[in-house]
Amino acid sequence: MLTSVVFPPPSLNTGENDFIHADISRCGDLVVDISTTIGPLRLKNPTMLASGIMDEDAGSMQRMIDCGAGAIVTKSIGVQPRDGYANPTVIELDHGILNAMGLPNPGIDLYGEEIKKLQATKVPIIGSIYAADANEFARLAEKMQRFGANAVELNVSCPHAKHYGLEVGSDPALLHEIVSFVKHHVSIPVFVKVSPNIMNLVEMAQTIENAGADAIVAINTVKAMKIDLETTRPLLANKTGGYSGKAIKPIGVRCVYDIAQAVKIPLIGVGGITTGEDAIEYFMAGASAVQIGSAVYYRGPDVFNVVCEEIKTWMKDHEYSTITELIGAAFQ
Amino acid sequence: MNRPRITTVLSSTVEATDIKTITFPYTGDVKPGQFFMIWIPGVDEIPMSVSQITSDMVGITFRNIGDATHALYDLEKGDHIGIRGPYGNGFTLIGKRLLFVGGGTGIGMLAPLVEQAKKNKKAATVILGVKTKNQLFFEDRFQRTGATVLISTDDGSMGYKGLASELAKDIITKERIDAVYTCGPEQMMSSLLGFCNTIPFQASLERYMKCAIGICGQCCIGNGLRVCVDGPIFDGATLKNIKDFGLYRRDAAGRKILF
Repeated sequence: MLTSVVFPPPSLNTGENDFIHADISRCGDLVVDISTTIGPLRLKNPTMLASGIMDEDAGSMQRMIDCGAGAIVTKSIGVQPRDGYANPTVIELDHGILNAMGLPNPGIDLYGEEIKKLQATKVPIIGSIYAADANEFARLAEKMQRFGANAVELNVSCPHAKHYGLEVGSDPALLHEIVSFVKHHVSIPVFVKVSPNIMNLVEMAQTIENAGADAIVAINTVKAMKIDLETTRPLLANKTGGYSGKAIKPIGVRCVYDIAQAVKIPLIGVGGITTGEDAIEYFMAGASAVQIGSAVYYRGPDVFNVVCEEIKTWMKDHEYSTITELIGAAFQ
Repeated sequence: MNRPRITTVLSSTVEATDIKTITFPYTGDVKPGQFFMIWIPGVDEIPMSVSQITSDMVGITFRNIGDATHALYDLEKGDHIGIRGPYGNGFTLIGKRLLFVGGGTGIGMLAPLVEQAKKNKKAATVILGVKTKNQLFFEDRFQRTGATVLISTDDGSMGYKGLASELAKDIITKERIDAVYTCGPEQMMSSLLGFCNTIPFQASLERYMKCAIGICGQCCIGNGLRVCVDGPIFDGATLKNIKDFGLYRRDAAGRKILF
């Protein structure tokens, strides 16, 4: 039997979202509530749409909301329109998906129209942004806030875009400057998405926390390559790309676990989450919510509803009633 | 596995001015209306609807119009391309008296559908719409199926002078038509849908594609319908609720481009 509860109204100017219905179900005496929070953001369930998947326009994001996503992260948006790389940009490998899209986006001003169209939704919209310096990041974050985004996610981890992404996110001083500058310019929460492709991940996570970020999203894709033997060429037009899907889940879980030992701010787990048990593993590693991307391919757009049901079933079977009980359960 | 597999071009045939068909080996099931992603190493990877289907071979027909199609145009028998697919839903034949309306290179992908319809003993009328007569192709192939073939040209150099959709309107108002199938410029298809009223309608849509496996969102129309997976064939009831149809597509950056 399913019932719903309504959260109390949000206070102003913090990015807090409107009333949402927590996903709560009862099974005998056990009440299973899979709602979660990330700072001031309340999510009816912990499955978020990852950046770069089905988020070109309002229509596709609305479909993901209709399929049960607890929050939406937009594609990464820059100041200027950008075409991205030539095809092939996405290929399937035996245990995951390799992509080098090249940060295609229509630019912040045009994309604002898409975000505004989602204003009626109760599901938090998190604006992903990329830039080369603190000024640009702040400008983008301010616009995202004005368009109605409930939070921003700083992409400092894309593994295949020159001058952006990982090139920004592997420099501690620059990253500190960017995060603190953005924090001074917006009142909505600031999330930072980190890369597994750096040796000093924990140190960077501490830098991000010290700079005032509200949450850390771990991980972005793993830098990788596929060579076609017949043509002796890398298959991706950009040669290298980012690896996602099942193969990278153990890498993501390890990164979340390591970061969780070193910081107090909430973590959002991403990387290879395809089933409810994958999500639970990330919660146990220290994540308060998860993002799903490649599994939209493996299990279809309805993956959010499906994973939520699997989480609830697992929690019932193991007598957990809230996500909070699971977060960091693996810390011994 | 959804990644390009290298194969060999079996033939390359000029069909009309700047229009060619190339064929490559393929032994799996392919439905009319489905497409392959064609990789031209070092150049690009583009979606191409099938224009020819046999038990061991598939063909695609295209106009030499951009970098990728220019490279395809230059390919000869024995050259290598990468293929992945077939993708998309394909057409579904319903009814007994069918009207097919092809515009420009959209004519190509209707050919295997008309062949299938005639094999299934359907009555078929085919309108081939082109700008001018030297762009017409596959006329003989459609004639051989036993379908009634009508030609329209914008400049009147052959057949009916005017738009294929206007010629279709005449037929729809005069004859009993059970279903309409179309591929061509989107504004033509959109006008045609307007003339169809309650007649079942299926159209093949074209959008810039990247992943072709339903995740990147590049080709989405309406409320998140993915042309690559949920299409490329959409029925009239669906298209009537999609504001994009006949109005705009999106470029590589995601900007709206009006037709």
